[in-house]
Amino acid sequence: MSVVGEPATKDRLSLEDLEATTNLRSGRKHILSILVENKAGVLTRVAGLFARRGFNIDTLTVGPTEDEQFSRITLTFDGAMHPVDQVTKQLHKLINVLKIRDLEPADTVARELALFKVAVEGPQRAEVMQVCEIFRGKVVDVTRRSVILEITGTTDKVEAFERMVRPFGLIEMMRTGEIAISRGRGET
Amino acid sequence: MRAVDAIMECLKAEGVDVVFGLPGGANLPTYDAFVDGGIRHVLVRHEAGGGHAAEGYAKATGKVGVAFATSGPGATNVVTPIVDAMMDSVPTVFITGQVRTDLIGTDGFQETDTLGITMPVVKHSFQIRSPQEIPRAIHEAFYLARSGRPGPVVVDIPQDLSRADIDYEPVGDVHLPGYQPTTDGNAKQIRQAAKAMASALRPVIYAGGGVVNANAAAELTEFATADRFPVTCTLMGLGAFAAPHPQWLGMLGMHGTRAANYAMDEADLICCIGARFDDRITGKLSEFAPHAKFIHIDVDPAEISKNVPAHIPIVGDAKSVLAKLVKEYRALGDVDSSRMDEWWSRIETWRREHPLRYEDSADGEIKPQYMVQALYEATGGDAIVCSDVGQHQMWAAQYYHFDRPRRWINSGGLGTMGFGLPAAMGAQVGCPDQTVVCISGDGSIQMNLQELATCAQNEIPVKVFIMNNGYLGMVRQWQELFWDNRYSHVDMGSFPDFVKVAEAYGATGLRMTQKATLVEDMKAALATPGPVMVDVRVTREENTYPMISPGMPARDMVG
Repeated sequence: MSVVGEPATKDRLSLEDLEATTNLRSGRKHILSILVENKAGVLTRVAGLFARRGFNIDTLTVGPTEDEQFSRITLTFDGAMHPVDQVTKQLHKLINVLKIRDLEPADTVARELALFKVAVEGPQRAEVMQVCEIFRGKVVDVTRRSVILEITGTTDKVEAFERMVRPFGLIEMMRTGEIAISRGRGET
Repeated sequence: MRAVDAIMECLKAEGVDVVFGLPGGANLPTYDAFVDGGIRHVLVRHEAGGGHAAEGYAKATGKVGVAFATSGPGATNVVTPIVDAMMDSVPTVFITGQVRTDLIGTDGFQETDTLGITMPVVKHSFQIRSPQEIPRAIHEAFYLARSGRPGPVVVDIPQDLSRADIDYEPVGDVHLPGYQPTTDGNAKQIRQAAKAMASALRPVIYAGGGVVNANAAAELTEFATADRFPVTCTLMGLGAFAAPHPQWLGMLGMHGTRAANYAMDEADLICCIGARFDDRITGKLSEFAPHAKFIHIDVDPAEISKNVPAHIPIVGDAKSVLAKLVKEYRALGDVDSSRMDEWWSRIETWRREHPLRYEDSADGEIKPQYMVQALYEATGGDAIVCSDVGQHQMWAAQYYHFDRPRRWINSGGLGTMGFGLPAAMGAQVGCPDQTVVCISGDGSIQMNLQELATCAQNEIPVKVFIMNNGYLGMVRQWQELFWDNRYSHVDMGSFPDFVKVAEAYGATGLRMTQKATLVEDMKAALATPGPVMVDVRVTREENTYPMISPGMPARDMVG
């Protein structure tokens, strides 16, 4: 990364220069599964760490685990700007963080839940419901002028579904962000 | 037992002999406990002074420094010392008062989200939710502050909870499942490092504040002298390797010596111990030490390969790793030291051609560099030197030679003007039998000048030497060099009259303007009992050289 805007230079920076040095994204996604103590403020510490080190979070979910002392944070981010080991090392410095796993996509089952509110009337409704069926989704609410569809799956699948229903008239979309668990007998 | 009395018991159990602080509404109960608590408390004039005093105490003694502040403005006033302690890894515990639990979140009087404000800048923090948690939280805070990579820990105690009665039992163990610092260092990696050093033709040891923190100066010297390894230290590491010494290259970095920076530039192997490749060290990162491979020893794994990829990473405490490294190195048997002959002759050339130098005045004018040399002479090199931030700090680092660790106390990472005087106060409280001097500037000293009252009231005999050039000197230098001499708001004139200020605070005020008598005048100031503040008038426009211009590689040093 080139250095711009050292205080000892009088260079004026163009907005393009600034963007070029701050917005490099490779699209390489990482899923981190973080086991933390179930205490007040822990999520803030994790999220705050990402913010101040300049790591971008794509999705983040938090929930209880089988043991009430611990919570699980599942977090996806782009590894381009910052190497993943720097992210995990910084996370390990948080006292309430117990365990971090950078999940290998091939050895992981990842799912997210999404709700789509689509504007449909008349014959279009059947068409949308058919798409929904192909994606193994569910219709959870119907009115005269709209349907709400529920889809569970990987991020790719949810995004594919979004592309299918958007042309019908997508009013709203809500997504949980991914949770992930490692395959096989061992703990995540 | 009252929870606040339990706090006193916990502090005593942790070996705390002094607390720096200032009371207010939310920590009134805690301050009541000080009356019979059996712990010395130094009443500061501003909480920032208390925080920096705790840092100075910690840096001088190696023990955990403790500062107390009330809620709201008290807590926000210690934010700067907290960040400073985080940047320079200073073991400190900050205990702040908080409003009553039923007022939290209501924007109550003197309420602030202390935990939220400090969260990005602490090693860890606790907000007490139940009075019964207080003793354990305090012990955990001390354990965290001093172990692994040291740092600041905040304990925020709501006022109502500190009033409660609790069943106090001494806490023997600390249980932190998410915190297990690695201290030993991987044996195989250490062996690798020894072998690499033995075959290096142009090695350099680059040591930082981590060596001081780990009390590993003796081990560092043993390792360096196990062969003829050249040694350089960062600003934070000065004193970790005794200066002067035949293998000592001087400080490295932006205002380091040419010998040190050129050696880094041409080295084939750099052994970094307890330092973090800060931008003030590397200059232009992409052209930093282009021929070198790196051994990086640090207790904090996140520092390794953060800025510069390490070829041999070793996570561990500097003391333990260096001791093993010496053993491994000796076990290699006969290593041919003459392999470094050519390297040393190159280094000698740099030393000869580029010593630290300045043009001395022909008349009686005191050059700032000479002022530091005079102070070195007047103290016999035997003082704890605290400094503020700016040109005077760099000149002090260059011209005062530190032959032991914990003799040089300054704000490196954060660069906090106003650090010097309170830090000197804390160092003097921790080391009452030593001479403690503060080298400051006319800009920096005014940022925590009120602590002179604390020194006067408590008979803390720090000797402050103000390098007075009437400017915010370092900023002026940058405006001169990089902004076409367009001086913008750096001229501070000759305000205030520091002699009168000193006297008004109950200290001795002196002014020195003559080079010829400077050493003798300084000796007299040092012999004066109680706190002394000296206004030393120096050359107004003098630049700190040599210098790696920001963003430039080391080999392009100027001046």
